[in-house]
Amino acid sequence: MNQVKSSLPTNLPEVIYTPDSHLRKPGKLIRDMFSDLAKSKELAWRLFMRNISAMYRQTMLGYFWAFLPPIATTLVWVFLNSQKIVSMGDTRIPYPVYVMIGTLLWQVFLDALNSPLRLVTSSKAMLAKVNFPREALIIAGIYEVFFNLLIRAVLFIIILICFKVAVPLTFLFAPIGILSLIMLGLMFGILLTPLGILYQDFGKGIMIITSLWFFLTPIVYPPPTSFPANMITKLNPVSPLLVTTRDWLTIGSVEHLSGFIIVTVITFILTLMGWIFYRISMPHLIARLGA
Amino acid sequence: MSDDILVKVENVSKKFCRDLKKSLWYGIKDIGSEIVGRNNHQQELRPKEFFALQDISFELKRGEVLGLLGRNGAGKTTLLKLLNGLIKPEAGQVTMRGSVGALIALGTGFNPILTGRENIYINGSVLGLSKKEIDEKFDEIVNFADLWDFIDTPVQSYSSGMHVRLGFAVATNLAPDILMIDEILAVGDAQFRNKCYNQIGKMANNAAVIFVSHNMNDIARICDKCLVLSDGLIVHNGNVEEGISKYLEDSDDGSVYDDSFEKVEYPVKTVKFEWSKLNIDYGETIELSIYIETDKEMKDIGLQIPFYDNQSMVAGEWYSKRYHKTINLNKGLNELNIKLGPLYLKKGLYKIAIILSDSMGIGFPVWSYKSHTLGVNGPAMGGWPYQIMGVVK
Repeated sequence: MNQVKSSLPTNLPEVIYTPDSHLRKPGKLIRDMFSDLAKSKELAWRLFMRNISAMYRQTMLGYFWAFLPPIATTLVWVFLNSQKIVSMGDTRIPYPVYVMIGTLLWQVFLDALNSPLRLVTSSKAMLAKVNFPREALIIAGIYEVFFNLLIRAVLFIIILICFKVAVPLTFLFAPIGILSLIMLGLMFGILLTPLGILYQDFGKGIMIITSLWFFLTPIVYPPPTSFPANMITKLNPVSPLLVTTRDWLTIGSVEHLSGFIIVTVITFILTLMGWIFYRISMPHLIARLGA
Repeated sequence: MSDDILVKVENVSKKFCRDLKKSLWYGIKDIGSEIVGRNNHQQELRPKEFFALQDISFELKRGEVLGLLGRNGAGKTTLLKLLNGLIKPEAGQVTMRGSVGALIALGTGFNPILTGRENIYINGSVLGLSKKEIDEKFDEIVNFADLWDFIDTPVQSYSSGMHVRLGFAVATNLAPDILMIDEILAVGDAQFRNKCYNQIGKMANNAAVIFVSHNMNDIARICDKCLVLSDGLIVHNGNVEEGISKYLEDSDDGSVYDDSFEKVEYPVKTVKFEWSKLNIDYGETIELSIYIETDKEMKDIGLQIPFYDNQSMVAGEWYSKRYHKTINLNKGLNELNIKLGPLYLKKGLYKIAIILSDSMGIGFPVWSYKSHTLGVNGPAMGGWPYQIMGVVK
């Protein structure tokens, strides 16, 4: 049992664990982050495939579940609007299309926001026992967001055809808008994940806040222009992203571009910081939760 | 660091908290202080905290197998988690050289709805194997687990044994420089367990191995060094035999009397035992007097005296029919004086039972389960179950 390999490899990778803060060595931290990101690609794909195939295998309706929320929301609002129970003002494109696209985009944001905490929570046992690159969970979540987006894109195309909406050339910018929305959701999600793992209050809070947030975002109504209602578009970071993306997809003219750029840049920076926060807190979370 | 030292642990400590609310709050504070870049060397305990590990130091070279011993809660799993980088120490430093493979939990990442085939790929990825590596080893894995018939069945309909087999088969296809194994072989049937041991032996040839088990025979068989933890402290580091004996001292539950299976039935009315000694040396003899009061005459009875070790395994047994053709009991009080030994038992505390059977060996009017405790001062290893000699005077 104890034969020692005659030629020992001398260039073994060496890992050192100390109580020191990782932030004291930012260079190493950044290098580790990106090397783990590269290492987690394959695992992330595997976990994504696992989650997707498991999610729909034990259902009868299968992928139809991905369509259901936007369809249901749209039907409700179209009904309310058509019966004049609520009146939404001029949306410049057919109201059902307006609501449907708004809901689809909101759903993308919401998916991205919920995915880090959801995946980390469901992988607690794995995190506590195996040292795999932690980024894999986040990436797997992003893959899931894109997967759902692709499914819903089918719905989007059907809607456009049914209502004979002519798509302007600016729709080519839409992917940028969608990426920004995903990143914004991810930023909130990743910043909340460490806290949400420790305290379940955060998970419960997110549910309530996002359902209110829906109404504070110009999804089923056009962006208000008069004070104080126009604060919705000024203070809510989702508004410029969602409205701009929807405009790119449907009418071509864009009113909120400066807001869009500001939010995107801030989101990008905060997402990177969230990533560092996530990495640093992981060993502490595992120590506190055991499992 | 010398070239073949793969694991180096220097003065490592780790604290945990007994109170959940406080623990979570400390978690927030620790994360916070790390975010602002403070180095988290904490030697003092905050309220409700305790040291799960304190001042642990040891080294391990390639080719060495270290047995990690300790009672439940001694800190074994915490140490493995520290070595694996899952949690951070609060003091000291851990240096790991080379790839790390941990058989700490089998089948991590398994999803019950998915098939065995799909789960092999998931589990392999979690453990760090690439798709290509899994493709190459797929047949080997299924052969080892012996699960070809069920490979396309969802894992949720596997038996727990099959589940473990599949998990182990995937895990043993790693070729790490440092291998950690945490008591996972306690499940599965005997045949599969032997297969596992062979496989671990192969993996251990070229790795530094840390092996956690409560089975002293496994430790004695596999390890060449031994670390004993007690309440987060190292109480022994080095020789395996001494380590095992240290652990046994630590984990003996002493004089807990076990009457769970005790019975005295017709025609026996009362039974009393007297032992000549509480402690003996290796190879000594011991005398036992049994007083049996019966309602009627009993011819040709059998007496059985098994010795149980601290793991409730029979370490030795005396059976009267091997040495005497007949023992008869008269109506009324009978006295039997038995001399047992020499007793070649390894060091430890033994529980002794006394069983009286009828002439056919079918009825057991007396079954005094683990009624007496005997301490043996002897070598820490060796001593398989054997037939103890003895005579009724």
